[in-house]
Amino acid sequence: MTAPERLNGAEALIKSLEMEGVEVVFGYPGGAILPVYDPLLDGKLRHVLVRHEQGAGHMAEGYAHATGRPGVCIVTSGPAATNIVTPLADAMLDSVPMVCITGQVSLGAIGTDAFQECDTTGITRSITKHNYLVTRAQDIPGVVREAFHIATTGRPGPVLIDIPKDLVDANNPDSYFDFDWPEVPELPGYRPVLTPRDDVVTEAVDLMLAARRPVLYVGGGVLKARGANVVLELAEMLGIPVVTTLMARGAFPDDHELCLGMPGMHGQFTAITAIQECDLLVAMGSRFDDRVTGKVATFAPDAKVIHVDIDPAEHGKVRLPQVAVAGDCRIVMELMVEEIKQRGPEAQADIAPWRQKVSGWQEKYPLTYKQSAPGEGLKPQYVVERLRDLSPADTIVCSGVGQHQMFASQYWKFNYPYTWINSGGLGTMGFAVPAAVGAKVGMPDRTVWAIDGDGCFQMTAQELITASIERIPIKVAIMNNGNLGMVRQWQQLFYDERYSEVELGQDLPNYVQWAQSMGCVAFRVEETSEVDEIIERANAINDRPVVVEFRLVEEENVYPMVSAGASNSDVIVDPSQQAALEAERAAKATDQSSDGFPTSIADTHQNASS
Amino acid sequence: MNPNRELSHHTLVALVENRAGVLARVTDLIARRGYNIISLAVAPTNDDSLSRITIVVDVEKAPLEQIVKQLFKLINVIEIAELAPADAITRELVLATVEFTPENAAALDDVLARAAGHVLVQERTETSLTVSAGGSSAQIDALGAALSVFSVVHFQRTGQVALPKLGQSVPIMRAR
Repeated sequence: MTAPERLNGAEALIKSLEMEGVEVVFGYPGGAILPVYDPLLDGKLRHVLVRHEQGAGHMAEGYAHATGRPGVCIVTSGPAATNIVTPLADAMLDSVPMVCITGQVSLGAIGTDAFQECDTTGITRSITKHNYLVTRAQDIPGVVREAFHIATTGRPGPVLIDIPKDLVDANNPDSYFDFDWPEVPELPGYRPVLTPRDDVVTEAVDLMLAARRPVLYVGGGVLKARGANVVLELAEMLGIPVVTTLMARGAFPDDHELCLGMPGMHGQFTAITAIQECDLLVAMGSRFDDRVTGKVATFAPDAKVIHVDIDPAEHGKVRLPQVAVAGDCRIVMELMVEEIKQRGPEAQADIAPWRQKVSGWQEKYPLTYKQSAPGEGLKPQYVVERLRDLSPADTIVCSGVGQHQMFASQYWKFNYPYTWINSGGLGTMGFAVPAAVGAKVGMPDRTVWAIDGDGCFQMTAQELITASIERIPIKVAIMNNGNLGMVRQWQQLFYDERYSEVELGQDLPNYVQWAQSMGCVAFRVEETSEVDEIIERANAINDRPVVVEFRLVEEENVYPMVSAGASNSDVIVDPSQQAALEAERAAKATDQSSDGFPTSIADTHQNASS
Repeated sequence: MNPNRELSHHTLVALVENRAGVLARVTDLIARRGYNIISLAVAPTNDDSLSRITIVVDVEKAPLEQIVKQLFKLINVIEIAELAPADAITRELVLATVEFTPENAAALDDVLARAAGHVLVQERTETSLTVSAGGSSAQIDALGAALSVFSVVHFQRTGQVALPKLGQSVPIMRAR
């Protein structure tokens, strides 16, 4: 038995992080957190000095997405805390495990409008899974233990620890105590349910075996549960078509014959339509986000729903399920696989006609775009395709928010889990560059591409300085169309082409010079013929960050598209396919389809009312 | 008083950890959805590491279920239930100060005498008195109505507290 170590609050904080197995923290020092930065010098933690606190938060998220381990950031009080509000909200909506430590003014100064004081726990209450204001130095180890436990278990999420300066101040005798690393605490109000009730699993399997038109609707919860291998086993066992949401790209291989791609507003026609026409929707760690459902009342109108989620509050939040399964997706799927095996292959209804119908849609309405003519600028879809084909198969792709995000999700082939990192729920522009830095720190041997928009890039580009100085060789593709492309698309389609404040211009800033000034190797690509060569050169650089500016056509819309508030059955496809689709819809509306499936809810309603 | 109040008024009872900030977490969650809290009562239980919160909210049944689930997700909430009026014992306390004149003193005494079962006069001067009254929310409403013909200076209600009736199987969400 060694004598307990006498530490002060700051030393105890660093030691607690080390005890939790933290290897890297993303941070930025300042007044109230100063005492914590002193023992940091003597510890084993790697500290990545960011250029803006928002960057620290998104790096912690990128690190967590890529590794599955909690991302950690440390910033000071006041403006630093408010700067990290966006990443916290982002992590909350996308269930990212993250622990954020903020400095606070001394206990006695709280509430006095002290310098750099803000009510951090109050501000972040609704955008964290839990938060703490520490009031005694000796509570620090226990709070850190609890914070990591809460951030990483159940439905993961961000946890914030606000620490007043005097508790970590080496000059304050009251900040010293005998360090004791506690057991994971018993929290009376927090016991996530991981294992589902047997009877609901049986009920779910009954429906899955009886379904004639099933779809497996895989969400980010499958990735959080490390369940990609089990979802593959389950899908193959049943031959059930799979859609992967924006948060679940890579949870099921895009190249698999059962994969229909992404559902939702800019999803693939087949993914959207299969959901509309299925008789059983198996939601696995997905949350019926409005970008997936479109108009809820007409979403998957004929489907019974099985909803598997570790968070029971998701059950019935949007759509009332016939069977609600509360539990960890991986555990639930393992039990399902077991039970389906026991019942034997003859227990399943024939879904061959359904599979055939689905393949028919895939053949008829694949993703498509028209290549640009020389001198016109590049097509974003083409750039994503070439990046995809010329980069290693396990490349990690990070994106910002907007058209480029949708093109990246659509045209990349995600065949491995944890290779797609984006801001799905909050839709945070500027996410890509810092998230890529975090991902690369966590996965240094992998190629990391940030596919970013020009608008997004301008929001957080300064983190490339961090990347250069810290030797974090990420790659950034700026999809420069000189516009806020997604907003422009909406103004074109829904605001009568009245373009209001969407034009950024392609020439300012000079991205190449800007990137070079931040220590990056930089290229500009203007012609389709140059794309491959520059991507190959970018991929060959592995000792510093690379930025490639792709000069795009100014106007290119993302298709397919479901208009806001519209039914998914009214999805608009690429202009080259739309006429055929409308002809098909018209024919089906007058002539009830011979195979007995109503082709869409719109048709069903028309038939019912005529 | 709205005779239909019980249709949209629901009572939530939550057992929570008795810690700084827990009440704010609970009320924030209700406030961010724009729902009004009709009354709120909170105090430690016989175990002072725990508090019991009773909240009466003006919310329809469906959104309330979602609120209850969200409240249950709060780390410091140990158990929570929604009590239908028929399944609950509810009580509320009020302190009221009323001014009177020589002309209407007798009428006031008459009102107090009729409510003698649950009204106690705590203090009395020549021109005013303070009473306490405990009872169901309906009884407190009735007392308020009866006193309104006098000059009511203060009418301070505690907000309702509630417990499930004995033998009622109220569905309680509880951390296992």
